[in-house]
Amino acid sequence: MIEFTFWDIVRNLLLAARWTVLLSLAAFIGGALVGLVVLFFRIAKTKWSRRIASGYIALFQGTPLLMQLFLMFFGLPMLGLRIEPWTAAALGLTFFASAYLAEIWRGGVDALPRGQWDAGASLGLHYLQELRLIILPQAFAITRAPTVGFLVQLIKSTALTSIIGFEELVRTSNAINNATFEPFKVYGLVALIFFVMCFPLTQYARRLERAAAH
Amino acid sequence: MGYSLDFGWLAGAVGAIARGAATTILLIAVTTLAGTFLSILGAAGKRNGPKPLRLAIATYVEVMRNTPFLVQLFFIFFGLPSLGVRLDPTLAAMLAMTLNMAAYTIEIVGAGLDAVPRGQTEAALALGLRPRQLFIKIVLPQALKVIYPALTSQIVIMMLESAVVSQIAVRELTYEADMLQARTFRAFETYFVVTMVYLGLSMGLRRLLVGGGRRVLGAGVS
Repeated sequence: MIEFTFWDIVRNLLLAARWTVLLSLAAFIGGALVGLVVLFFRIAKTKWSRRIASGYIALFQGTPLLMQLFLMFFGLPMLGLRIEPWTAAALGLTFFASAYLAEIWRGGVDALPRGQWDAGASLGLHYLQELRLIILPQAFAITRAPTVGFLVQLIKSTALTSIIGFEELVRTSNAINNATFEPFKVYGLVALIFFVMCFPLTQYARRLERAAAH
Repeated sequence: MGYSLDFGWLAGAVGAIARGAATTILLIAVTTLAGTFLSILGAAGKRNGPKPLRLAIATYVEVMRNTPFLVQLFFIFFGLPSLGVRLDPTLAAMLAMTLNMAAYTIEIVGAGLDAVPRGQTEAALALGLRPRQLFIKIVLPQALKVIYPALTSQIVIMMLESAVVSQIAVRELTYEADMLQARTFRAFETYFVVTMVYLGLSMGLRRLLVGGGRRVLGAGVS
């Protein structure tokens, strides 16, 4: 039987936390890219495209993330794709994030006065230029606080990927707990590591929110 | 190579899915009541309590909001027994969900309390109401009305998050799905059907809360 010292536990958890960080970053970046596409559909002029985007957002916001991950994990192999926990986790969280980010940014676009669009049009900009030069920069700027807030939610959500077998912080802690039988210490440490990752971001989001209020 | 979907197992699975859904509904009902109650106490304590209490509540809120629900659940279910507190899975799930939700709703209820104009309190005091009457009869109803939409969203989010309590073998909807797919070997179809049940539950729950809120609080929720 292997003996785990306190530092062994900490070291192994910190090594596993790398994967939590990496997955969070991959999902955030992927989610931002896909979310941008969903946003284009959501604010487009044609009704059907807005409807499709609303449906997409409602679907991801109205079902548990765990189910989305399961469907990704068991569904993609049916399309002939070889799928591993990492791919399923990254893809699942990317789609999850895209729906939330698109909805956050749409709030920003809606909050801009109509005159911003009119001004862009009167300068002779076409639709995409208007979006790129005038609308989106402002929409992103005023939704920075909720975007950072969502990043915190995303980091916490990576915990669920342990259930589909992705070897991140929580899955590693389950294994360590099975070997050491010290759940109080192990899960306490895991909570602490998550706290250290999330708390600064939460504070940052709060500062942004306060700055926006003034 | 084609994969053909097969929903033939569904006829024999309706009972299990319904049982699971009923447990999920029970979990969220208990959590909603206990969580709202706890967050009213928490929000009131954070505003009017002595300094150590205020600090304790603030710490509690930060800790719960910055750690994953799954870890909180494991900590309560696997960790607490080493302190001599042994809970059965359903009770542990209810406790974890309530504590998690309260951390979010304390902030929400607090914002509602802040939104009630000071003059309301002064008027009630002038009418000779005692502090407790004043809080329960004057301030709280107005606060709840303001924050009702945010509270509704939080309850729906919590219902969706409750899927993870299957991991400590609470026999709710996701647990039943896990059992079904192990029996039928139709994992995708099973999770697809159960995902749709969750979608129906979340839409139904939202509608129920909005309708109920309009009737009881007269809250203008869309």
